Amino acid sequence: MAPDISPFILFFASIFTSNILLANFLGMCSFISVSKDYNSSNGLGMAVTFVLTITTAINWLVYNYILVPFEIEYLRYIVFIIVIAATVQVLEMIIERVSMNLYMALGIFLPLITVNCAILGVALFMQLRDYNFIQSIIFGFGSGLGWWLAIMALAAIRKKTDRAPVPAGLKGPGITLITIGFMAIAFMGFSGMLAVQ
Amino acid sequence: MMANNTARGILKDNLWTNNAIFVQILGICSTLAVTNKLENTLIMAIGVILVMGFTNLTVSIIKSLIPRKVRMIVQTLIISFYVIIVDIILKAYLPEISRALGPYVGLIITNCIIMGRAEAFAQSNKPVISFWDGITSGAGYMYVLLIIAFVRELLGFGTIFGMNVLPESFIKWTIMVMPPSAFFMLAILIWVFKGIMEKKEAK
Repeated sequence: MAPDISPFILFFASIFTSNILLANFLGMCSFISVSKDYNSSNGLGMAVTFVLTITTAINWLVYNYILVPFEIEYLRYIVFIIVIAATVQVLEMIIERVSMNLYMALGIFLPLITVNCAILGVALFMQLRDYNFIQSIIFGFGSGLGWWLAIMALAAIRKKTDRAPVPAGLKGPGITLITIGFMAIAFMGFSGMLAVQ
Repeated sequence: MMANNTARGILKDNLWTNNAIFVQILGICSTLAVTNKLENTLIMAIGVILVMGFTNLTVSIIKSLIPRKVRMIVQTLIISFYVIIVDIILKAYLPEISRALGPYVGLIITNCIIMGRAEAFAQSNKPVISFWDGITSGAGYMYVLLIIAFVRELLGFGTIFGMNVLPESFIKWTIMVMPPSAFFMLAILIWVFKGIMEKKEAK
């Protein structure tokens, strides 16, 4: 049964209180390596939001109309990852045809996304929490926005910390992780406003 | 980077000089989330080691059969195949831990280290040594996570493997149970590690 949450609360919870990145640690790899550069962060954030919304919807349909009726839910990992890889591939082709500008902005990030944990993570959470179709789309879109917001914020902060005098051992990943830690605390501040999950 | 291809060289490389977490900052996505309890971390890390070892073995055995263009997706499928096995075993024998780990077992699939090792090592090496490489990379990953989990559980719950070790009067650090502390702990560990490395280089 789908949990009884208003779409509005779900949307904000997935952006802020249970931010896919800062509360669930998903999508960390590309988060740390890409956030060096502000413009690529923007592009990747956009691509993640886009792909996340679409794949969550498709995965919901596949799970509920193919896996459940045939009682092969245990295959969900393989099926989800295939759906994600296929969707990314198809999207890449469509975007290339339809809009060259969008392709230039998102193109190089799309292949990276297949192995982004956030995409698979959202699909698994969606299935675990029994969201219905509308809730899944909202959850996917909200999580994508949350990821985008987090990477933009980190990229902006890193511009400053790159020039700050940091102990030699902390340079690079060390200080970035500490920054992420503080961001996670800041985002946790929202949790008083809304029920988490 | 991989100058040394003997079993011992690989061991040292994967555990220390080229540790996946310290040096490459890879694969922290799925597993940091479970580091607030030692027990969960241990099970999760063992799962990662098994998946990594067998994935490397499989990729190495069938590498000549995989067309280059689709090798990424084939590797992903091999990984998901082993993850499903791990997931089913956990559900059967350790249902409580399986529930606590939730979706994170499935997220081993997108753990960048596994794919990274398959791509960087198993793709161009013999099966047995690839298997060894997978196991040792996993072990290098495991001990880092166990250190983080040890501190987080000790300070956050006052326990080690669920046993009370600190006196009642100890005030628990709530922050250690929450996500931010994992980032801080990892940052501190990287700092310590880099400090040691730099001292060695200076000598």
